[in-house]
Parts: sequence; C-alpha cells; structure tokens
Amino acid sequence: MPEPILSIKDLVVEFKTDDGVVHAVDGLTYDVFPGETLGIVGESGSGKSVSTMSILGLIPQPPGRIPSGSAMFKGKDLLKLKKRQLQRLRGDEVAMVFQDPMTSLNPVLKVGYQLAEMIKTHYPKQKDAEVRTRVIDLMRMVGIPNPDARYDNYPHEFSGGMRQRAMIAMAIANSPSLLIADEPTTALDVTIQAQVLEVLKTVQAETNAATILITHDLGIVAELCDRVLVMYAGRIVEQGDVHTIFENPRHPYTIGLMDSLPKLTEDEEALRPIPGQPPSLINRPTGCAFHPRCFLSQGRLPCHEEVPLLRPVDGGTEHYSACHFAEELVGHHSKFSSPVAGGVA
Amino acid sequence: MTEIDPRAKEIPLDDNVAPLEQNVDLFKTPAPYGIDITAAAGLEVQTRSQWDYVRRRFFRHRLALIGLFGLVVIFGAGIFANFVAPYSFSEIDLNNILAAPTTAGHHFFGTDNIGRDYFSRVVWGIRTSEEVGLVVAAASSVVGMIVGAISGYYGGWLDNLLMRITDLVLTLPAIAILLTAAALLGSGSQWRTTFILAAFFWTGIARVVRGIFLSLREKEYVEAAKASGAGDLRIMFRHILPNTLGPIIVNGTLAVGAAIITEAALSFLGFGIKPPTPSLGVLVSDAQTNPQQWWLTVFPGLTIVLIVLCVNFVGDGLRDALDPQQRRIRA
Amino acid sequence: MITYIIRRILYSIPVLILSTFLSFTFVSLAGNPTLALKANPRFSQNTVDLISARYHLSDPIPIRYLYWVRDVFTHKLGSSLSTLQPIWPDIARTMGHTAQFIILSEVLAIILGVAVGIYSAIRQYSVFDYSFTTFSFLGFAMPTFWLALLLQILFVDIYLKWNVRIFYTSGLNSPGQGTWSLDRLQHLALPIITLCIISFAGYSRYMRASMLDVINSDYVRTARAKGVPERKIIMRHVVRNALIPIITVASLNFGALLGGAIITESVFSLDGIGFYFINELRNNDLYAVMAYLVVTSVAIIAFNLIADLLYGILDPRIRYD
Repeated sequence: MPEPILSIKDLVVEFKTDDGVVHAVDGLTYDVFPGETLGIVGESGSGKSVSTMSILGLIPQPPGRIPSGSAMFKGKDLLKLKKRQLQRLRGDEVAMVFQDPMTSLNPVLKVGYQLAEMIKTHYPKQKDAEVRTRVIDLMRMVGIPNPDARYDNYPHEFSGGMRQRAMIAMAIANSPSLLIADEPTTALDVTIQAQVLEVLKTVQAETNAATILITHDLGIVAELCDRVLVMYAGRIVEQGDVHTIFENPRHPYTIGLMDSLPKLTEDEEALRPIPGQPPSLINRPTGCAFHPRCFLSQGRLPCHEEVPLLRPVDGGTEHYSACHFAEELVGHHSKFSSPVAGGVA
Repeated sequence: MTEIDPRAKEIPLDDNVAPLEQNVDLFKTPAPYGIDITAAAGLEVQTRSQWDYVRRRFFRHRLALIGLFGLVVIFGAGIFANFVAPYSFSEIDLNNILAAPTTAGHHFFGTDNIGRDYFSRVVWGIRTSEEVGLVVAAASSVVGMIVGAISGYYGGWLDNLLMRITDLVLTLPAIAILLTAAALLGSGSQWRTTFILAAFFWTGIARVVRGIFLSLREKEYVEAAKASGAGDLRIMFRHILPNTLGPIIVNGTLAVGAAIITEAALSFLGFGIKPPTPSLGVLVSDAQTNPQQWWLTVFPGLTIVLIVLCVNFVGDGLRDALDPQQRRIRA
Repeated sequence: MITYIIRRILYSIPVLILSTFLSFTFVSLAGNPTLALKANPRFSQNTVDLISARYHLSDPIPIRYLYWVRDVFTHKLGSSLSTLQPIWPDIARTMGHTAQFIILSEVLAIILGVAVGIYSAIRQYSVFDYSFTTFSFLGFAMPTFWLALLLQILFVDIYLKWNVRIFYTSGLNSPGQGTWSLDRLQHLALPIITLCIISFAGYSRYMRASMLDVINSDYVRTARAKGVPERKIIMRHVVRNALIPIITVASLNFGALLGGAIITESVFSLDGIGFYFINELRNNDLYAVMAYLVVTSVAIIAFNLIADLLYGILDPRIRYD
C-alpha cells in the first residue's frame, strides 16, 4: 500500500454566524494517494469545498474555526503549520483551481504576469526571461492558442474556457504534488466543459499529480476519477472506487443522486428528485443527517438516534458506506449498472 | 441587491424536520415535483416572509437602533415643541440677554442677544428642520421613483430627455443651483425652500431607479410575464418596482439628513428660511454677531449633527437589512 | 481615444448652451435688473438709461441671451452690471484663489483618506477602524458652515486669550503679503482644514468599502491560493483595484469644488469664486452670475471627462473607441 500524500483525520470546521454555529464539516477522514484522482461529490452545502480550503488556510478564521482534526501532508500537519509555512506550500506543493474563471483572475493585471507571479513567488531567483518562456510553454500545454501574444493580454480578452485553461496552467506551474480542482467546469458551457476536462486529463498525465476533483456532476466523476467520496451535510456517506460506486451504490443518498439523473436509454414517466431540502447546518437532524429524506429509513429508530459510521460493505476493504441499513441495498443496482451505449463509465 | 421574484413570497427555513409518519415507499412511486412531495412525506417546513428577515436584520444592528431611538427623541421634541419648549421662540426678555446656559428659569441653552430662550428656539428649529427634511425626502422619492421607472422601462427618447434634464442639474454645482433657484423663487418661506430642495433631490433617486429598471427589464421573469399577457403597468408595478423599494427606502432615509443640512446651509447664507420662522441655520447665522457666546453657535449646530448622525445610522442599518448579499461591513 | 474626447466635447456644447440659456432665463426672471440699477444710488437716471440700452435690458429674454453669448466671446464674459467693470479679470483672479486652496485641501484629503481607508480595511473591526468610522460618520453629519464657524471661533479665542496668531480667520492675506507666502498659508489653513475634514470623511469610507470589496473577491482568493504573501497581495492586487473608483470620484469632486466651496469661502471671507458668486447673486448682477455659471459648468464638464478618461486608463477593461 503506497503512502497517502494527504491524510485527513476527523476534520471539524465550524462557522460562527448571526444565526448560530454552522457545522460545515463534521468529522471528515480520507486519504489521497499519489497519482490518483479522487472525486468528492455532493450538493452545495455538503462541505466539499470547505474541507479542502480549510486545510490550506483559505477560510477566514473568524468566523471560521477548525476546532479539531489533522491533515497530514508529506509528514507535516497542515493545521498546525504557521501562516508563513502554509503560504509557502500553497502554489508550490499544493495548488488549487477554482470554480469561476470569470472572476478568478485580477482584471487589471496581464494574464502572463499573473501566471509568472505563481512561479516568481516561490522561486524568486529565476530570471524573468526564463519564467516567461516557462509560462508560454505552460499556456501551450493547456491549449491556449498563440501563447506568445496572449501573454500580454488582459483577462477580459480571454474567453471563459481559455481563462480556466490559464488557471489550470497556473496551478501546475510549479509541478505541485497535489492539485485540487473545485468545480472547475461548473461555470462553463457544456461544450467548453468537455474541452477543459480534456485539459485536466492531459495535465494529470503530464505531471502525475494527485488530484482532488470536487464536483456535483456525476458525469465528470465517471470520466476522470479513480475513487469517489460522496459527502452529505459535512460527512462522508459513501466511498469507494468509481466503478463500484456506480454499479453498486450502497447508500440511499448516492442512489438518490444517481436516480435523479434522467436515463437516456429508457422511457421514464417523471423525474425523481430526492424529496425535501438539504439540511440546515446549524440545526442538523439528529442521528443520520439524511434520514428525513431517506426512502430506506422509514422512520426507524437508529436512523434518527445514532449517527451511522462508515463501514465496509460487500465484504471488501475498498467500499464503505455510512448507513445503518446498507445491507438492505444489496442487490440494488443503479441505473448505471447496465452499460449504456457509448456512455458513462 | 438580491432580486425578489414576487411569486416566491416565502423562503423556506430548514429547521428540524419531523420524521416520516407513514410507510411510503418513495423509491417505487414516481415522484411529483417540489414542495408537494415534502408535504406528502409528512415533512414540515417552516417559512418566514421577506419582511420578517428585513426586520430581524435591522434590529440586530445596534447603531441603527441607537439612531432610531435618537430620532424618536429629537423629532419627538420637535413635534411636541409646544410642550417641550419652556418658552415660545420669540418671547423676549431684555433683562436676561446673552445669558450662559443655566438651570435658572429653564434656560438650558442660555439666551440670545435679545433675551430669547435658546433652548426653545432650538426646539422650534428642530420642528422646522424635520418638516423640511421629511417632506423633501418623501416628495423627491415619489417623483424620482415615477420618473426613474418611466425612463428606465420605456427607454427611447423619453429616457433620453429625462436623463438630459437630470444631467443639466448635475453639470452645475449643487449649491449654486439651489442659491439661484432661491434667488428666483424667493426665499424666506419654509415651503418655498422645501419645494426648491425637492426639485433638486429627485434627480438622484431617479437615476438609481432608472438603473434598476434598465437592468431588470431584460430579465427572464419579465419576459415570462409579458408572454403570459401582462401589461406594461402590471409588469412595472408587480415585478420590477418591488426591487427598487430597497434602494428607495435607503436613499429616502439618507435624503432626510441631506435635506436638513442643505436647508441649514441655505438659511445660513440667507437664501433659505428667514426669520421669523425658526431655522437652525438662521440661528447659527445670527450667532455670528456674538462669537464670544459659544452656546449660540454650538447648540443649533450640534443639534443638526445629532439629527443627521441618527438619520445616517438608521439609513446604514436599513441598507444592511435590505441587502442580504452585501458583506457584513458593520457601520 | 481622441475621437472619444472630441465626441464628448461636442456633446457637451449643446448641454452647455441649454444650461446657460435656462440659467440666463432663470436669473433674469429672478430680479428685474432695471430695478436693481435704479436702486443703486451711484447711478443717475441717465446712467441707468445708458446701461439699459447697452445691455438691451428692454428686449425679450431670448434676444438678451444672444447678446450675452456674443459678449462672452467678444468681451470675455462681458462687464458687470453693477460695477461696469469687466468680469473676466475678477473671475480669473478669484478662480485662482479658489484653485489654490482647493488643490491643497483635496490632495491632503485624498492622501490621508486613502491611507486610512487601506489600513481600516486591513484591520477591520479594530480600534483604529472603529475610531475612524466614528470620525467619518461625524464628518458626514457636520454641516460645513458650522465646522468652519467653530474653527473660526476657536482661533479667534486663542488670539484673544494668548495674543498669538496661529491661523487667520478671515481674508486671504495680511496687507502686503504675496500669493505664495507663509502669511497666505496661515490665512488658508482654516479653510483647508475645514474642507479637508469633510472630504477626508468621504474618501476614507469610500476607500475602505472599496478595499473590502476587493479583498473578498475571487481573484484575491486566487492570489492567496498561489501563496503570494499577504502584504504583496494588498499592495499589488488589492490597492490597485480599490483605487480605481476613488480616483474617478476624486476627479469629479474636484470639478464640483471648483464651483467654489461657497460656504467655506463665505465664512472665511476668502476672495474666491464662490464668494464672488454669492455676492453678485445678492446684487442681482446678471452678467456676473452668468459668467460664474458658465465657468463652473465648463469646469465640471471638463473634470467629468477627465474622470472618465482616468477610469479608462486605470482599468484595462474599459477602452474608448
């Protein structure tokens, strides 16, 4: 078993607001292994973005708070590092790509300058000319046409897809060991999404960085990820490798997510959303956070008394589910278990 | 400012939800959409209206509450000047001129150069100021809202014309226009001054309202309303106008303070309200002849400062309360 | 860019014409100049008649307006109705004085305001922030004339008590002193302080709000994720963006102030264009008032244009063509 490059244990993140304390992340534990692509799936408010941003020190500490947990990265606990040390790590060993390319670049600075800044911040001794060459190479790698000229462009002269490519180029500039992509394609048109995903795949192949891909889009997960975590209300409810999860989901939430997607190969009478609303993170339901919307629960006692822990299912060691009654889902196959012509997974 | 889609009157609040009552196998049954299914499942959802949210947010704002309290006290004193002021504002007592503030004879603010009780004069001045301020703010808001709505919604030559008019007002320095207008229309009367001020202030709010109309005119829910046969007036009133209420309220509140200061300045220069009508500006102006008697200058000015301060606090609180998207940049 | 400037200038001409015509009509209706002339004890009936004829005072307003326009170009804004002196030298002189004290005051206000705004935003909710927020609120609530008066009274008091002149409380100069002397500075100090305090309140709040806006933006988050040190982020990314709206507001403000800080000049009896205007308005001197309005309109339009151009220079997203 290779050593994980990132190992998060029992992470808890809270936010103090006027309405009360928001429990954004509630005891999160997972590992990321070198070279793999880990997908984190969940709705808005599931805590998927907060978990990664908090370990990098990117959430404002009032009102945010990390009362407990550890995040071991290459032998160091990120949560215990000083600001300066974390700062040196960001952009060099761990890099992030954010969701909205339209607003993620400084509008008054040239694109080339901003990419160069990534390099110069961590390697100030590099010569300007060399940095410029490297930036142009990076831009070429991610498919930005005419990078020589584009170096001196401003962000508003780039299209959305190109900006996101620039962000990806920026992220891999210093060959980080861990790349975190937070909903990188959500704000883009579908056709551009496909292109940017291709860029991500290329970049992964080139740098062999471990990647955390945060998204709510199951299609992207199927395309790019090796393993998947499904999060709900700040906890992991299911995790496993991508094929297993898609073929044999063992948590009612995961099943609900997949079922809410329309199926291309059969007729359906109506769409099937998951009933109800995402839970309030200030007043979480007792016991399992999902039980008010769960078709499996049916009001049973353990569901609203005990918080279910992640347990291995199907006898293996790679597939976990946090459901008291996960066994009852044995034999349930999701929509995606039968191959779809030319489609997913 | 977050948009309010008037159809969505309520924002569901997810507090604790009740557990399932029946044994419904939702997995097998095709699901109807949305809130209905929540009800079918026996789940409860608490709702609060938009205005509840606004009220809650406002009352959490300490400064706004202080401002509100201050305004109630001060404006209350003005409204009830008859009862609050120990003397009338013109009662002369030549035995007691230029007295420093004292508790004797209830001359809390002293007396002026012909023995009039200054506290009373200030209180009566408050009444004048609040009348001017409130009327100017209300009138200019209404006019500005109408003009801005028409201009922003219909666009075209009407918009151009109205905007050129406001431009004209803006290419001359404010004081100059006001002074010139006062010279033309004659000054001295409180209502003339009010009219002049209102005729100037409406341009500001008109621009803001117009801006909102312009941006919302193209939004999808307006198109949807048109497609379902809604007429122009209905669209304007039901769909777009509610979104302008927030800025109008904030602007109107702050306009009260601005109007009071401007009227005081005009009166000070002799182009606003003239005696015998009491005005805080006139009081300060008169005090110039007796610079040694500090109370003559300080108290009316201090009153203006307090009023405008309170108005601004309240305005700030309203702005925070009405715009949930804004970061909490407190005070 | 040049075509844009030219277009703007061309566009302002009709606006200028319309606004001057309206003002002219306004002011003419405000007071019958003939009456004012007759009331002037220095003028005999003969003089009054001469002046009436000269200024075509018996003609309808639009005609008079045209004569005035002609006078603007041929006689440099014409001559004052009450003193029969040419107006332009007065305007030039007073404008110079106003400009002198406004430039000093605004530059100071901007520098201090920006500095305080930046620091308040970085140290949000600190004692520093709260104190200056309070100060700004007071600044907004304070009527200019009252602040000016208080300062005046204070320094008169100091003089009377201790017989030392720190700052003068009225006028531009003691007799015999020049434009660039310490004496002039002592005279201008109080007006500058007055104006500066009021402007500073605005600039510091505005800068703080702008900074906070930028600090919470996505691209600053990106810069943090890149590992750029906080100080560089503030200086290189935040301030540059936050400054843009301030510069344009400052420019607009400056244009408006050139119309004369009328109130301040009145209180301190400064020989500036605002003081000039208000005196001429009291005298019902049509031509002088019109001259003032024209000059200040041009100043405001010019600085509006400058503000827009500055914005275009500072923000690469805006390009005028």
